[in-house]
Amino acid sequence: MNVPRTWDEAAALARPAGAPLAVSQAQRKGAIRILDVTKTYGSGATAVSAVENCTFDVPAGEITTVVGPSGCGKTTLLNAIAGFHSITSGKIFLDDEILCGPGQLQAEPGPDRVVVFQNGALFPWKTVIENVAFGPRMQGRLSKKQAYEKARTLLADAGLHGLENNYPGEISSGMRRRVEIVRALMNEPRVLLLDEPYRALDSLTKSVMHEALLQLLEKNRLTIFFITHDLEEAIFLGHQVVIMTTRPCRPKKILTIDLPYPRDYSMLTTRRFRDYLDETLEAVHEEALKAFAAGEKER
Amino acid sequence: MISNAARTVGAIFASAKFWRGAFSIVLFIVLWEVGSRSEAWFGIAVPGVSRVPPPSAVAATFSELVRDPNYWSSWYLSTQRVFVGFIAAMLVGIPLGLAMAVSRIFYGISFPVFEVLRPIPPLAWVPASIIFWPTQEMSISFVTFLGAFFTIVINVLGGAQAIDARYYQAALSMGSSRWDIFRRIILPGTLPSIVVGATLGIGLAWAVVVAAEMISGGGSAGSLGSKGGGLGFFIWNSYVGGSYTQIIAGMISIGIAGYVSSALLRQGGKMLTPWLHEE
Repeated sequence: MNVPRTWDEAAALARPAGAPLAVSQAQRKGAIRILDVTKTYGSGATAVSAVENCTFDVPAGEITTVVGPSGCGKTTLLNAIAGFHSITSGKIFLDDEILCGPGQLQAEPGPDRVVVFQNGALFPWKTVIENVAFGPRMQGRLSKKQAYEKARTLLADAGLHGLENNYPGEISSGMRRRVEIVRALMNEPRVLLLDEPYRALDSLTKSVMHEALLQLLEKNRLTIFFITHDLEEAIFLGHQVVIMTTRPCRPKKILTIDLPYPRDYSMLTTRRFRDYLDETLEAVHEEALKAFAAGEKER
Repeated sequence: MISNAARTVGAIFASAKFWRGAFSIVLFIVLWEVGSRSEAWFGIAVPGVSRVPPPSAVAATFSELVRDPNYWSSWYLSTQRVFVGFIAAMLVGIPLGLAMAVSRIFYGISFPVFEVLRPIPPLAWVPASIIFWPTQEMSISFVTFLGAFFTIVINVLGGAQAIDARYYQAALSMGSSRWDIFRRIILPGTLPSIVVGATLGIGLAWAVVVAAEMISGGGSAGSLGSKGGGLGFFIWNSYVGGSYTQIIAGMISIGIAGYVSSALLRQGGKMLTPWLHEE
């Protein structure tokens, strides 16, 4: 099964109307363990591995940033955790609960692991508050009134007060991204899966978004799995940075970032930060060269 | 309320857009008048235009027509046929387009047939539909239906297929059921295309009804106890009777009818899709 792109594919993954959610909403910590995961596309001679024997831990309540060359398979991994995508072998756990593994190669998508997408996926036909209240309404956890109340509180906390009745098309892209993160938090997820959420933003907006994200994390203890291309962003946000190899993707190096939180932008110029950056840059550059060479060979 | 309405009217008269539109219409009428009278006035005939009755003569005919109940019954008949055909096309076309978009199996079965039937011009259906439908009224409405139907289906299908996959994924991620995805993603996501399809569809319905009325002939409609054959027959009848100003009056009537229906649908569509229009 591929990532759901059409109604058929989405419907196949969705629970039937009226069926209960399979996902337990038990408040647990949200540690992810990725164990020897391989994902192969196609079969036989034309098979291509996107992810191969990939093993690492995403500690609960921390930010793990994932960097690596374009197309290396980071998103494949995220899709497997989210349940949009099957794996070929290996296992993925969420708090010792198996998400996918032998016998069930595709995890069930659910509100305990909410995804925030690269280009944003706020529903354009719903107002900000309708978007934010969407998750709890779908799961039948809150009444409309309760959901709206909670949505108003969370929006106000995120500094988005007064936008409730605007459509996403009427607010700036930075605000849209923040609304989307609030929408994800409404589901009380154990894990937030972010796929280059700030890619399209200018660097000024980006820096505001980083601080807002760190503040949110302080208020809501949850685990963040954050894919990015931006190395400074990866180090600035992460408790740990996982540097991926080029295709097939597996961790090349895992860097624990020993910088205190709350972090602010003055850190970017410190010696320690520069050292982390050099170390990351070197590893990533090596992989980028390999990726480039592989691309040349294919041609 | 009154001051609001007055302000709205005031705003219309103050807008450059209104005056540009008014100017273009007036200019068109003036050029037409001059063109069609140029032979009498300047001794130079403008090819084609000189044979067309001038707008002043058409206006005179109009002022007679508005007092003629037969003219209004032509309006009534055509409007009725357009709406019967159009509403039927919406009722059948929207579910069909959605069904083709959501079910690969249904798409596989129905799309080839649909694509073979689609290029057949609605007017080519006129003889067959006169044979198959018991009354002339039904056959004209059916041809009108066809005019709108294919456009509506194609728009709905295209709109539903173009919904971004991220929306499905986000909805799944937040625990939506199948029905939720259909109701909250597919339907609103397709709505703008439904509006476009409807606006195009009603224009085509007007184009088709007039031609269908001309071909099928209002004469037999009259013999069935009907008061006239609709605007299409009105034009044809004016041609047969040699009243050129009435031909033009009939044409302008259809233009107005088509414009008003499309404008109403566009306005209705705006209300249904508020997220596309607000600034």
